[in-house]
Amino acid sequence: MDIVVCIKRVPLIQEVDLEINDAQTGVRDEALAYVINDWDNYAVEEAVILKEQLGGSVTAITVGSEADEEVLRRALAMGADQALRIDPGSRQLDGFVISRILTKAIGTMTYDLILTGVQADDDNGGMVGSMVAEGLGIGHAAVITAINIKDGEAVVHTELEGGMDEVSKVKLPALLSIQTGINEPRYVSIMGIRKARKKELKVTDLESLGLSEDDLTPRTVVEQVFFPPETAGAEMIQGDAGAVAETLLNLLKEKGVSK
Amino acid sequence: MGHIFVIAEHRQGELRDITFEMLYKARALGREHAHTLTAVVLGGPDSGFGDRLAPWADRVVVMEDDRLSAFDADIYTAALLKLVTDEAPFLTLMGHTPWGMDLAPALSVRAGLPVATDCVDILLEEGGPVAIRQIYNGKLYSRVGFKASTGYMMTVRPGAFSLDEAPPEDGAGEVATRALDAEVPESRKEFVEFVDTGGGEVDIAQADLLVSVGRGVGEAENIDAVKALAELLGGTLSCSRPVVDRHWLPKYHQVGTSGKTVKPKVYLALGISGAFQHVAGIAGAGTVIAVNKDGKAPIFRVADYGVVDDLFTVVDALKEKITSG
Repeated sequence: MDIVVCIKRVPLIQEVDLEINDAQTGVRDEALAYVINDWDNYAVEEAVILKEQLGGSVTAITVGSEADEEVLRRALAMGADQALRIDPGSRQLDGFVISRILTKAIGTMTYDLILTGVQADDDNGGMVGSMVAEGLGIGHAAVITAINIKDGEAVVHTELEGGMDEVSKVKLPALLSIQTGINEPRYVSIMGIRKARKKELKVTDLESLGLSEDDLTPRTVVEQVFFPPETAGAEMIQGDAGAVAETLLNLLKEKGVSK
Repeated sequence: MGHIFVIAEHRQGELRDITFEMLYKARALGREHAHTLTAVVLGGPDSGFGDRLAPWADRVVVMEDDRLSAFDADIYTAALLKLVTDEAPFLTLMGHTPWGMDLAPALSVRAGLPVATDCVDILLEEGGPVAIRQIYNGKLYSRVGFKASTGYMMTVRPGAFSLDEAPPEDGAGEVATRALDAEVPESRKEFVEFVDTGGGEVDIAQADLLVSVGRGVGEAENIDAVKALAELLGGTLSCSRPVVDRHWLPKYHQVGTSGKTVKPKVYLALGISGAFQHVAGIAGAGTVIAVNKDGKAPIFRVADYGVVDDLFTVVDALKEKITSG
């Protein structure tokens, strides 16, 4: 089972005040810390689990700058065998262009399964996986919460709304977009990342992939980024913890749910 | 002047709410900009969906075939490709649902039409359509334009547009049935079954008071402190997705679109940031009280009352007041 897993480095946004850049087309990134996209972390773990069960190899790919190699090293430390970074230079990227780049790069490889995260925590697009599958002409399924490989097929669970899964069989090779919670991603130590430096991390540029100008033309353009429209918002309860607790208990009493 | 297509979504014989939410929005856009509205439904034989959709659109295109009765990205893509090629709609809308996320990007590539996903608003401007999206988990919004094209696609976030329960009175679209006339490949996917994943020993949908915990709880061991508070208050413990993803609580505790939709009198959200999938699950809650360290967390936008503090500080203070009082 040769598995390709597509990953992305994204800013950590929980408990972070995001600021909009001067051009109003993105966030000010100077002060941000970066991590592997949460969905992709589950995808890497799933790839490594499948390799451990079935043998084969795991290749991690990202489209990004040198700084993004951090997430590839992390994937190697988790158990990926090799990594590829495709440097887009200063090209404008959207989900479509990234999907064309990945399609071309993966198209030259041997693979049985391609995994992506459902979406990335920055632009929340969720389109790259399905586009890559279409580009490669292989089957696909989205929002996957379980995978069992059997007789050249993947038996998968797609998480639907309202506490329901759809179970289906997908012929290999296939692309599956992985939902969070599908497994428990292993812990990665600094030492593990250091050790993984011995593994191969290739870097290539767009020129060597033979992409057309059309492939590299974004289909969508972020014209403006802005803060959410004002809402009435919550009435904030101030004071020390004791006073806050008293106010909350009174509220519960008032709403008729106090014991 | 053009056509707007809305691709209906259905599961187990029922049209999903997202279908009507899209039709509602598309209808308003169509009226404003003189576009006609076509509802498109792919389904099994004699689905009856055509008549259900007719009041909402100028026209309903029903494609019925055994191979269309269950969602299948391969077959649906082939069928819709033929339809959008034949009729060249100006704008095609689909739900940003697990199925729409599987189908729309692939169709966009095959049809050569640009797509914007998970849109929360749609503007039709002189220069072309504009999608309004949420990014960074709702902390920011973006305005997205398209490369000029003959047609455009968008997937629409469930719940983004209000659902008018009653069909418009002036609507009565004609229903046209079309055979599955596309060159349909053998599918690479085979439907097996639907499985219920939400059941368990507690039904959070029935609770009057939900004490709900999110990512902010930090680690599995800390859940007990919140559980103890829930018991002291006579409430029921629930949680947001990250807690289930990390296997700290079983899925039947999960509130949100992929978990349960709840309607407690009071929802106490502790360390929950308020991703839209979560917020959609508490739309029916009476009073929402949020406690979060991050004063900018989106949960405060929908909460009635907010406390910016560490959740354990508040949990401990509440316990102390209850046990001493």
